[in-house]
Amino acid sequence: MEKFGFSLTKARVIDYDANDRSIVSYILEREPSLNLCIECGCCSAACTTGNFTGFSLREIHILLKRGENDLVRQKIRKCMLCGKCILVCPRGVNTRNVVFLAKQAFTKNEGYEF
Amino acid sequence: MNFDPFIIPFNIGLYFILIYAVVRSVIWFRELSRPDKLRLQRGFFGKAFGQSLKEIFLESLIHRKILKSNPRLGYMHMSLAFGWFLLILFGTIEADIFGERHLNPPYKAIFFKFFSPDHGKTFFEASYAFLMDLILAFILSGLVLAVTKRFFSRVVGMKKTTKLKPLDKVALTSLWLIFPSRLIAESLTSGAYGTGSFLTGNLGAALASFLPANELAYPFWWLYSLSLGTFFVLLPLTRYLHIPTELFLIFMRNSGIRTGDKPGSFSEVEVHSCSSCGMCIDVCQLGFSAGIHTIQATYLMKGIRNSDYIHDIAHNCLMCGRCDQICPVGIEISPIRMIVRRIEENDRVYENSWNGYFRNRLNVPAPKQDNKPSYDFLPAPVSKKADVLYFAGCMTHLTPSIKKAMVKILDASGLNWSFIDEDGGACCGRPLMLAGNDREARELINFNSQLIWKSGAHTLVTSCPICYKVFRESYYLDVEVLHHSQFIKNLIDEGLVNMNFLQKRVTYHTPCELGRRSGVYEEPKEVIRHVATLEPTGYDDENSLCCGGSLGNIMLSHDKRRGIAEDVTARLTANDPDSLITACPLCKKTLAQATSTRVVDIAELVAEAIADAPALKKNPSRHKKKVVRESAASL
Amino acid sequence: MNPHVIVIGGGTAGMEAAGRLARAGMSVTLIEKGKDLGGHLRDWYHLFPDRRSSDEVLEYLKGQISHQNIRLLTGQQVTGFIHKGNEFTVSTGNGDTINGDALLLATGFDLFKSERKEEYGYGIYENVITSADLEAMFRKKEVKLVSGKKPERIGFLHCVGSRDEKVGNIYCSKLCCVTAVKQAIEVKKIFPASKVFCFYMDMRMGGALYEELYKEAQEKYSVGFIRGKVSEVAVNINNRLVAKVEDTLVGRPLKMELDMLVLMAGMEMSEDAVRLAKETNLQMGENRFFKPADHHFGTNMGNVNGVFYAGACTAPLNITETISHARSAVTEIVNYLNTGRK
Repeated sequence: MEKFGFSLTKARVIDYDANDRSIVSYILEREPSLNLCIECGCCSAACTTGNFTGFSLREIHILLKRGENDLVRQKIRKCMLCGKCILVCPRGVNTRNVVFLAKQAFTKNEGYEF
Repeated sequence: MNFDPFIIPFNIGLYFILIYAVVRSVIWFRELSRPDKLRLQRGFFGKAFGQSLKEIFLESLIHRKILKSNPRLGYMHMSLAFGWFLLILFGTIEADIFGERHLNPPYKAIFFKFFSPDHGKTFFEASYAFLMDLILAFILSGLVLAVTKRFFSRVVGMKKTTKLKPLDKVALTSLWLIFPSRLIAESLTSGAYGTGSFLTGNLGAALASFLPANELAYPFWWLYSLSLGTFFVLLPLTRYLHIPTELFLIFMRNSGIRTGDKPGSFSEVEVHSCSSCGMCIDVCQLGFSAGIHTIQATYLMKGIRNSDYIHDIAHNCLMCGRCDQICPVGIEISPIRMIVRRIEENDRVYENSWNGYFRNRLNVPAPKQDNKPSYDFLPAPVSKKADVLYFAGCMTHLTPSIKKAMVKILDASGLNWSFIDEDGGACCGRPLMLAGNDREARELINFNSQLIWKSGAHTLVTSCPICYKVFRESYYLDVEVLHHSQFIKNLIDEGLVNMNFLQKRVTYHTPCELGRRSGVYEEPKEVIRHVATLEPTGYDDENSLCCGGSLGNIMLSHDKRRGIAEDVTARLTANDPDSLITACPLCKKTLAQATSTRVVDIAELVAEAIADAPALKKNPSRHKKKVVRESAASL
Repeated sequence: MNPHVIVIGGGTAGMEAAGRLARAGMSVTLIEKGKDLGGHLRDWYHLFPDRRSSDEVLEYLKGQISHQNIRLLTGQQVTGFIHKGNEFTVSTGNGDTINGDALLLATGFDLFKSERKEEYGYGIYENVITSADLEAMFRKKEVKLVSGKKPERIGFLHCVGSRDEKVGNIYCSKLCCVTAVKQAIEVKKIFPASKVFCFYMDMRMGGALYEELYKEAQEKYSVGFIRGKVSEVAVNINNRLVAKVEDTLVGRPLKMELDMLVLMAGMEMSEDAVRLAKETNLQMGENRFFKPADHHFGTNMGNVNGVFYAGACTAPLNITETISHARSAVTEIVNYLNTGRK
């Protein structure tokens, strides 16, 4: 679809104030270690799923924090919960629980079924 | 005299509990699946019946398992259960022999002394009274321990005792009152009539010397009856339901019924059979190494019984199986935990009705309607033809030394082998299952199954015990699945590799998924003994510890995991070994972070022993016989 | 009689402090566990940011300690000390005891043992080396692969053993970034045709002339910088190393073949100093380095009056900072001895 002018750039902008950050709040309440992520990408580099397809846990973390939930929802089911990311994370983020809680949050808050 | 109003509370309680037991067991039976019903019927008329009686005697009355691991606690349970049983049995016989009539109503046996206060004059009667006093004294000694345990749990050798809810406290009080009130009632009556044996007789005589014994006895008979009645009526609402329920459990189990992966009658019976003895609390590493005291098996059972919020309890568990191992009732704790994990956060397994006297099993949500695949990005499985497949597993890619060692060992074996996940494969599916996501796991299982099947291999070797367990139990594979320690053991037995003996003292950490979860204890130890000096740690085999890194727990923080690992390594390296051996990449990584002792996988140890130098002489007599028998089957 | 100061550790900090103390009129005993003085400095080739030879600094320090008031005890391990009143008695491994009026700990650091990050393959794959190994190659003027060939592509992996909860080191060693850039430049000077990449989490170039060095590496030597922490290293059929990383700025995983991988090992409190601290109840911080009495104006003191610290036993410090820290320790000690040892 062709769009011109302002609307085209708007889609690129993260509208922080308009975005819904209830999902990340739900996760942070239960797994505060998500706050410790320094975006080093080690989880994504080790990722079993990431070896096959576009899936980056680091990206998921930052998207959640910015409230860009649609992108997360599309991607998060790809995680195999294998746990390699936990072993490599230099900040001790409990990455598996972040995925687990995100799925839970989507099911609860938005009635989204995985 | 044949009747007195004070027996009414007891009678109400007794008939209530009998009717309740019948109704409840009919419901449980009706809700069993068809195959389980058949099993139970067959078991009831088969040899399972005898087995069950024996087990009921040994476990429900004598409490053999608790006695073995904790004699004081065992004595406490035995004196109460077995003592009460004897009291009822001999009381009934007493009422039958010495009473006015034969075949008396139950209250006659319970309140025999009241109805036959003169009893005990002849020698025969006196000896019987002596026996009854002895049994009562036996029970009371246990009661003293129980009361002490409630206030000072260390007395019975336990670090922690279970926490109670209010109703349990009322029931507990009534239970505690039963035997002291009987003692005092009987003593006072005996004192008034000059009967009774060493306990009730002497106590009675002493009390009668300064108290109006006959008048005082009556209120205590009331108290005795009331305590019994209260206890029976409250029984279904309290943890003491475990006393009758355990009998069902034993019958069901001996008939071949297992927990399975959905809630059902059997898991409900299991949940109600938990006596809250607290032995699971003492063995739980989350308790003694991580300071988490709310999630142990007994609390899970309590939470399910009370329809509490138990999502966190269910998930905050290492799934190491130490509690399954120790549970004296033999409850399959981990499968029950897995059932709860499969349920959505706010759903309950059971819902209480009739003020808690009955529980309706909730319809656990049917498998999600959304059957959209999660892993449709996985490519079409392609694999090389080979006889032996090596599946390193996700974690092994983070321990290149294990990978390198296995490549060396497989090359040295001369077998036609192929490395299926050399460039990274799909996960085996068990981590998803442990989080309760079975449907997703099934997708990965299908993918890997095709990969394995297409290779035409007859043996699948894996370095990861997590993969090993799921390959063996949840994959439908026509290949022999071996953990690398078993594979190496076979190679040694068949003389396919020669090794030097390393001058090293080592200790061995049994990974939970390999040991308690899969029953592989001996092969790794035999392999280690073949190449090094293996020393015991006090935490061997069934008593092994979890490293703390378990994928079974999705909630545990890094700090707590590290604390557990530090505790474990301190215990396993207490005698300062040259290396700490394990057989799991996850255990290796977790333990290595927490100790300065070298942590080595069994494959690395073996690879080190496969020296370029000529092999030492082997002991041929040990291996030759096995070669013929096993080579066809295993390799 | 001159007050007697015992300096433990004969590296940069210990040597500088010993020389300054002697010149301030103290009598000094300098105890070094190794055969030679100089500490880690003897292992380095050129120093950042100006790439001056480490030998020059070593020469300066040797000049500092040639003083009649300094007694040298090399090859002696300090096993503990006791203090009675204001007097310290230091005992060494061979049973000697030395008495003094004040104690200066200049025990320095140990390099993180890179084997502990097994996923990087140090000790498993032959061409995975540490930054210290590379310095040794520079000194010998023999930078090459184990096969003897020239490396064509070299990777530098930042933060090995630093900023990593998994090895228990949450702190930043702060020198590894600039060291990596310096080493990248040195490698490029030796092999102009090679490709050099730094894998970093954050470029922490917060020292004088560091950023300039970073720019020089980009401008003159085309060193590549990839933002992402390497998760694991494997070898492929050609026996080349393969590093797996997420190129976080692109947002995609990246695999790169390398001939040589240099692990930028971080700094840890020296094991011997940890043992000494535990035995003598000297406080250590959460990072295990000696805990200073105050982070602003007491970094040379700890929890025991009369015991002073200098150099990298308090935190990761570079040579410049270590020398300054040693000098400030001298000021503190002189002050302590002149004002009634309070």
